Amino acid sequence: MTWVSFFQQIMNGVSLGSLYALLAIGYTLVYGILGFINFAHGDVFMLGAYFSFFMIGVFLLPWWLGVIIGVALCAIVGMSIERIAYRPLRDAPRISALITAVGVSFFIENLGLVTVGARPKGFPRPELMKNVYILAGARIQGVTFWVPIISVSVLLVLLYLVYRTKMGMAMRAVSKDMETTRLMGVDIDRIILYTFALGSALAGIGGVLWACKYPQINPLMGTFPGWKAFTAAVVGGIGNVVGAMVGGFIIGLTEIMIVAFFPGLSGYRDAFVFTILIIFLLVKPSGILGETLKEKV
Amino acid sequence: MENDLMLRIEDLHVFYGGIHALKGINIEVPAGKIVALVGANGAGKSTTLRTVSGLVRARQGKIEFQGIDITRESAHHIVEMGLAMVPEGRRIFPNLTVWENLLLGSYTRRDKEEIKEDLDWIFRIFPRLKERVRQKGGTLSGGEQQMLAVARALMSRPHLLMMDEPSLGLAPLLVKEIFNIIRDINQNGTTILLIEQNAKAALQIAHYAYVLETGSVVLEGRGKELLENEKVRKAYLGEE
Repeated sequence: MTWVSFFQQIMNGVSLGSLYALLAIGYTLVYGILGFINFAHGDVFMLGAYFSFFMIGVFLLPWWLGVIIGVALCAIVGMSIERIAYRPLRDAPRISALITAVGVSFFIENLGLVTVGARPKGFPRPELMKNVYILAGARIQGVTFWVPIISVSVLLVLLYLVYRTKMGMAMRAVSKDMETTRLMGVDIDRIILYTFALGSALAGIGGVLWACKYPQINPLMGTFPGWKAFTAAVVGGIGNVVGAMVGGFIIGLTEIMIVAFFPGLSGYRDAFVFTILIIFLLVKPSGILGETLKEKV
Repeated sequence: MENDLMLRIEDLHVFYGGIHALKGINIEVPAGKIVALVGANGAGKSTTLRTVSGLVRARQGKIEFQGIDITRESAHHIVEMGLAMVPEGRRIFPNLTVWENLLLGSYTRRDKEEIKEDLDWIFRIFPRLKERVRQKGGTLSGGEQQMLAVARALMSRPHLLMMDEPSLGLAPLLVKEIFNIIRDINQNGTTILLIEQNAKAALQIAHYAYVLETGSVVLEGRGKELLENEKVRKAYLGEE
């Protein structure tokens, strides 16, 4: 492999990894606070792509505005899911919430199949994403170049929100001790809604960027990226925001490098990612940056 | 007299599943005083405080704070109204710095300038916390965590401060320090409702006290009187 094509693959891996990172945040935030996996998260990612598709393609809004509205709608959907499906189960065993999450996921996917149909639709990409850049001799596609830049900027904003704002402080407090956080005068229902809004908005942004990278969208497009982002969250240490980012890049780079170095194995790229998941769950379930899991009393 | 009452608990019944944890207790906390609840494990002391703070719902009865019915009020509104609690076992946020723990205590307040002044005041009372302000709460010693738990509750500027076993697990010297601090806080105008297993120390500083046994108030009186009460001495002070 030449240096140039290696560089190209690195860029591809970083680009894919940053998308997994965006999506993994949502899993980790919800797990950190409520202690279950929100399986509907990958479907919110799909909705981000569809909402934007309709805003741009049907309502003919400018690209940037369509995306902003699409992402805002994702945040609203995320909050609605929490309010309608998860809040009534707040005090129920966690397995109930988990099963409900699977149900919500099936519901959104099938609603998509019924309303917009299973046939893929072409996603309108802005010129910016279609350009080809020559970087250090390597031909880099616009998407490959811009996706990580946009994702990393969004991730930095997220880190600011979580670690430097009052709301973020309350989020971190809720994730450790819900009851004591209530004793501080924090309305935890609001904090949890905000968490879902934040995670879902990131998923929406991820969905739009994914659609720019692979411009065929369909109602089941969120499933595999969702599972892989979940893997990323586990690898990084579920519940840990920075861990989810690190895990995202690790999974993205690994997946691309498998294909680049062992083209013969490229059919097994998904299997490989899930093998990593299984290994981590067996050997180090707390992930790279996670604390050792303590049973919550 | 009505206006001088900070907290009034009337015929309070609380159930945990099928267990009748509080069987119609009546407690009054006059403004500006220290009131103690003493009693053995499982007598219902913690349940009383948890119900007042809105964490547990009463089946029957009424809780009035400064003349307002708060029986069905949500926990965060109760804090906003000026009722704070130092929970049992300190419950410091281990992943947040000392600074953030204190700021979280002031979560319901919007007056940034005064929050700053209060932080200065807190650091005068608890100089140890100032030294460790950037440290994570989880790295503090037990005594420091208790100081932080008290300081954090004070940051909401409560009219009534409820404390659940503030001396639990602390060395005797620290216990003395904590009780001095409680007395200081009270002399600064904050009403205090205190739970203690260390009945002797509690009765010494309390103006008034209630003795709880299996969900009922069995005895009440001025702190000093109860200290001399035959029954109390036998049951809670370990004297023959």
